[in-house]
Amino acid sequence: MSELLTTVDGRPLKAALVKAERSKRIRAVLLVMPLFIFIFFSFLYPIALMLYRSVENPLIAQHMPATVAVLENWDGKEVPGEEAFAALAKDLVAARKSREIGKIATRLNFETPGLRSVITGTGRKAERWEPPFKEKFIKARSEWGKLETWVTIKRLSPTITSVNYLAAIDRKYDVKGNIVKIGSDYQIYVDLFMRTMWMSIVVTISCLVLGFPVSYMLASLPLRQSNLLMILVLLPFWTSLLVRTTSWIVLLQTQGVLNDLMVWIGLINDSQRIQLIFNAQGTVIAMTQILLPFMVLPLYSVMKTIPPSYLRAAESLGAHRFLAFWRVYVPNTLPGIGAGCLLVFILAIGYYITPALVGGQDGQMISNMIAFHMQKSLNWGLAAALGGILLGGVIILYWVYNKLVGIDRLKMG
Amino acid sequence: MSQISLPDHAGPVETTWHWLYILICAFVFLFLIAPILVIIPLSFNAEPYFTFTKDMMSLKASAFSMRWYQDFMNKEIWQTAIGNSFFIAFFATILATVLGTFASLGLSRAEMPYKGLFMGLLISPMIVPVIITAAGIFFFYATVNDYFPLTGTYQGIILAHAVLGTPFVVITVTATLSGFDHSLTRAGAMLGADSTTVFFKIIMPLILPGVISGALFAFVTSFDEVVVVLFVASVEQQTIPRQMWAGIRESISPTILAVATILICISVMLLATVELLRRRSERLRGISPG
Repeated sequence: MSELLTTVDGRPLKAALVKAERSKRIRAVLLVMPLFIFIFFSFLYPIALMLYRSVENPLIAQHMPATVAVLENWDGKEVPGEEAFAALAKDLVAARKSREIGKIATRLNFETPGLRSVITGTGRKAERWEPPFKEKFIKARSEWGKLETWVTIKRLSPTITSVNYLAAIDRKYDVKGNIVKIGSDYQIYVDLFMRTMWMSIVVTISCLVLGFPVSYMLASLPLRQSNLLMILVLLPFWTSLLVRTTSWIVLLQTQGVLNDLMVWIGLINDSQRIQLIFNAQGTVIAMTQILLPFMVLPLYSVMKTIPPSYLRAAESLGAHRFLAFWRVYVPNTLPGIGAGCLLVFILAIGYYITPALVGGQDGQMISNMIAFHMQKSLNWGLAAALGGILLGGVIILYWVYNKLVGIDRLKMG
Repeated sequence: MSQISLPDHAGPVETTWHWLYILICAFVFLFLIAPILVIIPLSFNAEPYFTFTKDMMSLKASAFSMRWYQDFMNKEIWQTAIGNSFFIAFFATILATVLGTFASLGLSRAEMPYKGLFMGLLISPMIVPVIITAAGIFFFYATVNDYFPLTGTYQGIILAHAVLGTPFVVITVTATLSGFDHSLTRAGAMLGADSTTVFFKIIMPLILPGVISGALFAFVTSFDEVVVVLFVASVEQQTIPRQMWAGIRESISPTILAVATILICISVMLLATVELLRRRSERLRGISPG
């Protein structure tokens, strides 16, 4: 039996080692903690807050308490009785006094268009009314005699709701509580998600097609020359996004440089100038140029590690140059292709600035709709739900990227 | 012997293909760089047009002028914007660089638990669409404004920009540390240096190029950021990108081209600095230049 190993001061070596390891681990964690706490409070928590916005719904429960209480026991089969109308009158009068009636009206209007004026209009009259209320309400606005109005109020009564997510995929509850597609005139979000995906795929493929030959050239030229050419890839990477978007407008607009050039060469007539920007195609062109470096850099770093002797070996074994390239070189670049495509696609689906500036009507993407609901329509719940769906997609892709490539292999220049 | 050059025995198909390949690459490089270069001469246009006039093509001196640069210098709104941009980017960079560098030192240690998870979370501000970040920050600031004013303040924008900049610092510094020879710190410790001395005398000089590159990335990120500014800034915090955004949306005045040219010059300088630092760092760490 060997005797227990000890340190100089007599402690068992194993325990001393465990202790030293633990203190090292604690020191490593302590170094990371400040940034983690910072990111937690100013990034992760805000995003959680946004996701909570997509399901929270305090407004109706808070400002129409009496109506909500009465409707709790309502079966939703036909228009409720006098009791509910009395509660409604009480709530509307109170909401008018506290000046919250506009918020209620807006919230209900998001759900069932047209209810805004119903709420504000009857709210004004209800102050002078005496019971019984039911007839007066229905006489003032026929909507109060419709089941749909009451179902809408009941649906928005709970403080947690799924209506925003349903709206974000063009769905809603019908009067019976089933999930149905909304009218075809109002269906925009599913199409928008599809268009966002489609445009991102086109941008990713364009980046691959343009980036592959260039990366191959950079990887096979001698260092001195490839470093020079690399500057051409890195300079756009360092140039302001707004500057690059501006330059595409200058280049592609109907009175722009490219159209002028084509007229000057005689390719087109002065009257046939082509609309190249402020549409989906302009957005794809500009985004391809902006995201191309994110394709070239990972491709280049993978190609750099493929020994040229592989190709020579294939050729000396009798393969034609092109066949050798296709069967030997290209399969070796797959990690780079995967990394570049995933990165470009992840960045593309969340793009906001470029589509907003050069997208025109048909080049808008999902981020632009989120911005619209955040800033213009002020339907924050819907904006948060759209953001939640987009975020879910990005997180899945990020996870795949991490599994396939590893985030520690992300490189900047 | 590079793979690009053509062997002597190349047939006509291979020769054609070879030149076609060079042509394709030239086109892609043109596609990358032309939009940037075209702005520079146009910013000296004497006329308020966004295209080359006949006089410009025939290189008449009267077709060129500095009027858009003068406009930029004389308009107070641009001067305020440039001051704000530098102010915000400066403090956001310092915050991002300090926090990011320490975190990278921790992340690069073999003892760090849950390394992948932490790395993933700390890099995520770069991956999450900026519109989502901006919306989240907008809601967050609205809830804490009563205790600590952040909406429409400089500190609010600096904090948000620091968040967006840290992933770049973490990426560049951990990359520098990946080739770091840990026997150097052990040698320092064995020779009697305490951990502070080891940090400042051994670690810091070696990772400094990576830290500076990361800081420059963080600076550019803040200097070019417009979405968060649109969501949480007040009129007071007008920045260059926001002013450009407004200009492009309404009507492009050629002044924007002058501003863009100035920004391009700044990018060129930053790129040159980062390239020099990268080479220096690789030399210091004993990696052959590349």
